[in-house]
Amino acid sequence: MRAAVVTFPGSNCDRDLAVAFEAAGAEVVRVWHKDTALPAGIDVVGLPGGFSFGDYLRCGAIAARAPIAEAVRGFAGRGGAVLGICNGFQVLIELGLLPGALMRNAGLKFVCRPAALRVETAASPFTSGWQAGARITLPVAHHDGNYVADAELEARLRGEDRIAMTYLDNPNGSSGDVAAVLSQDRRVLGMMPHPERAISGALGSADGSALFRALTDAFTAA
Amino acid sequence: MKARIQIMLRDGVLDPQGEAVRHALGTLGFEGVEGVRQGKVIELDLAHTDRAAAEAEVTAMCEKLLANTVIESYRIELG
Repeated sequence: MRAAVVTFPGSNCDRDLAVAFEAAGAEVVRVWHKDTALPAGIDVVGLPGGFSFGDYLRCGAIAARAPIAEAVRGFAGRGGAVLGICNGFQVLIELGLLPGALMRNAGLKFVCRPAALRVETAASPFTSGWQAGARITLPVAHHDGNYVADAELEARLRGEDRIAMTYLDNPNGSSGDVAAVLSQDRRVLGMMPHPERAISGALGSADGSALFRALTDAFTAA
Repeated sequence: MKARIQIMLRDGVLDPQGEAVRHALGTLGFEGVEGVRQGKVIELDLAHTDRAAAEAEVTAMCEKLLANTVIESYRIELG
């Protein structure tokens, strides 16, 4: 499997994301935000956490208009897999690849701690390493992770089995405890928790490894 | 020509920052503040002289970048 990890000015989880992909056996190509095309033969694009463009205007808003953004949108449009973590999730929403909005945490505080999660669906290349209902722990670290969906959108996401993970103890006020959302074609995943920061017991949890292994398996078998 | 864009959260979208400001005002003894909504203002200096063209372009800017219309509404004043 070949993964591209995009770096924006202010990204700070890009290296961790590359390390997590490599630990799962993937080849990683680093991509700069000013690039206008993705390298050939990419299976997965990773949009990392951080504070792209200083969170100016709205979190992820400027990154979603960076030169590389159109290439990522085109890649997703052709059915390519895209993983957006934390700020990457915010960028995916600003790109219009995922519905809803991510607003300031309901408690107004930056939340940085391990979060207990329930995997809601195994039916995606990202979550096929778990069984639906699995309980895992991944760290969260964000100020704007309050997922907002109106009742209609939340019902639609639920009906289409597109809520990938929920919080067991909601840290940010997200509608329906939503922590991770899939696109309609299940090839784009946005999540606030950080699987790349949980790939070894030495980091407090190795639960995130299953996501990277599942992706590698999906694209190595194909 | 100058454009002034006011961006606010849409009605019905919870504004946690506005709520925090409301609580703080109450703490300071300002009673009777029933609601606070916090938004932002963006001012543009435009080369345009044609008002209609300026309005059309600023509207496009709002739709494409300046506002997230899922949660925000915007109002444009030209002057």
